[in-house]
Amino acid sequence: MNHFPESWGRPRNDIYGVYNPSFLQTTGPKAHTQSPAVTGTSVIAVKFNGGVAIAADNLASYGSLARFTDVKRLRTFGDSAVVGFGGDVSDMQYIDRLLGSIDIKENYSAHGNLLNAKNLHTYLSKVFYKRRSEFNPLWNHVLVAGFDGNGQPFLSSADLLGTTYSAPHLATGFGAHLAVPILRRLFPEEKPIEEISKEQAVAALKECIKVLWYRDARSLDSYSIAVISKDGIEVKQDEKLEAQSWAFAESIKGYGAQTV
Amino acid sequence: MFRNNYDNDAVTFSPQGRIFQVEYAQEAVKQGSVVVGLVNKTHVVLVGLKRNAEELSSYQRKIIEIDSHMGVAIAGLASDARVLSNFMKQQSLGSRMTYGRPIPVERIVSQISDRAQLNTQQYGRRPYGVGLLVAGVDESGPHLFDFQPSGMTYEMSACAIGARSQMARTYLERNLDKFADSSRDELITHGLRALKETLSQDKELTVDNTSVGVVGLAPEGSKGRIESFKLYDGQIIAPLLEALEQTESGETREGEMEVDS
Repeated sequence: MNHFPESWGRPRNDIYGVYNPSFLQTTGPKAHTQSPAVTGTSVIAVKFNGGVAIAADNLASYGSLARFTDVKRLRTFGDSAVVGFGGDVSDMQYIDRLLGSIDIKENYSAHGNLLNAKNLHTYLSKVFYKRRSEFNPLWNHVLVAGFDGNGQPFLSSADLLGTTYSAPHLATGFGAHLAVPILRRLFPEEKPIEEISKEQAVAALKECIKVLWYRDARSLDSYSIAVISKDGIEVKQDEKLEAQSWAFAESIKGYGAQTV
Repeated sequence: MFRNNYDNDAVTFSPQGRIFQVEYAQEAVKQGSVVVGLVNKTHVVLVGLKRNAEELSSYQRKIIEIDSHMGVAIAGLASDARVLSNFMKQQSLGSRMTYGRPIPVERIVSQISDRAQLNTQQYGRRPYGVGLLVAGVDESGPHLFDFQPSGMTYEMSACAIGARSQMARTYLERNLDKFADSSRDELITHGLRALKETLSQDKELTVDNTSVGVVGLAPEGSKGRIESFKLYDGQIIAPLLEALEQTESGETREGEMEVDS
């Protein structure tokens, strides 16, 4: 047996020819922190009258392998904010620890945790921006849902570059392509969020999760959903997609071995 | 010759369990001119008596704005107060930068008290020779804190520190029950009256030697949530002093009427 680790698990030279060693970086800076390894896909969220609903599936993929199927990507903070994580799962866990220590420090105060979702979003965007400026980014795209300082529903996004934006409905990852158009059709720009009920928002998220399950190959049919309202946060972590219908799959043409 | 062996540094206990350097630092607070602070349900007021080192010099600043939601009044070594207030300004700005929120008053007070406590436990350091009254508003309403060189902080409903402050405290204690439901202007007047109590016979409150700082929650229906810290100094304090005079003359007249009837 060849005892050089770089030879292990590679095609045999005598059959496939010599492996191009330039692919094996033996010098240069560490680069493994500059790309994600285990990743979560979409997070989607909608504002409604008096709150925000947010959902994400429970999958953590290792490349295209559906590696972990019970990863909860929604994290509550205090009693009225939820962060949904897309992107690298280990970086998510790191941020989770950061938020844990902030929560503890904040609770030293006699008045408890007074940081609202807007404060939390500002903080996260600064963390992301600092890390990307060190060329050591936290490979995430997060949605922060909750309330702002005036008690209005708050929903905003922050990504690995520290870029931020907000909208009445948002999605990260593949959802930005697949879910946002659906949400825009259901809740057009002209429609004020006061006219959107909690039930409508939750139904829309479930619909989007289903479409993502149909069409995003890195998604899962088990998901978590959180509803943030004045009454607090209601999180469900092991939801299953209901009423699936794959009939449409028959009509999909134009890939694989099919001859159209 | 008598010599106290236990006051050479701030880290040694005396056999009686005292730390003399800390006690001496607290004496420095008593040398400073008096400052008074008081709270009602919506506002915090700081009132200070300024001293000038000599006739030709300016008056020492007693009240410093830290941020738009917070200010401090100082008694003791002004240069130590400057170190502390600069630190508070930095922390305050840092909170606005990273969280986008004004720092909670209790948070920043515990930060300065941590710093002050460190000075009482590390060799070669000395305690701050200054006492602060920290006034501010946050999510949980208006707050007044008393900070001492020992690192102790107390949340107060009214407080006075500095030279002859006992007279002011007596006034505050006698009138404490009136503060909570008083208006903003009444609270200022109470503060000024407490300050006036401390004056020696030949002194009086003037536009030169008095400063007032006010911060509070904005009245219902206004644009922002807080009424930003406002420092009344120099000529703009004149109306407040007039209001004080009016209430006092009003009271003596009432008093006279009582005697008459």
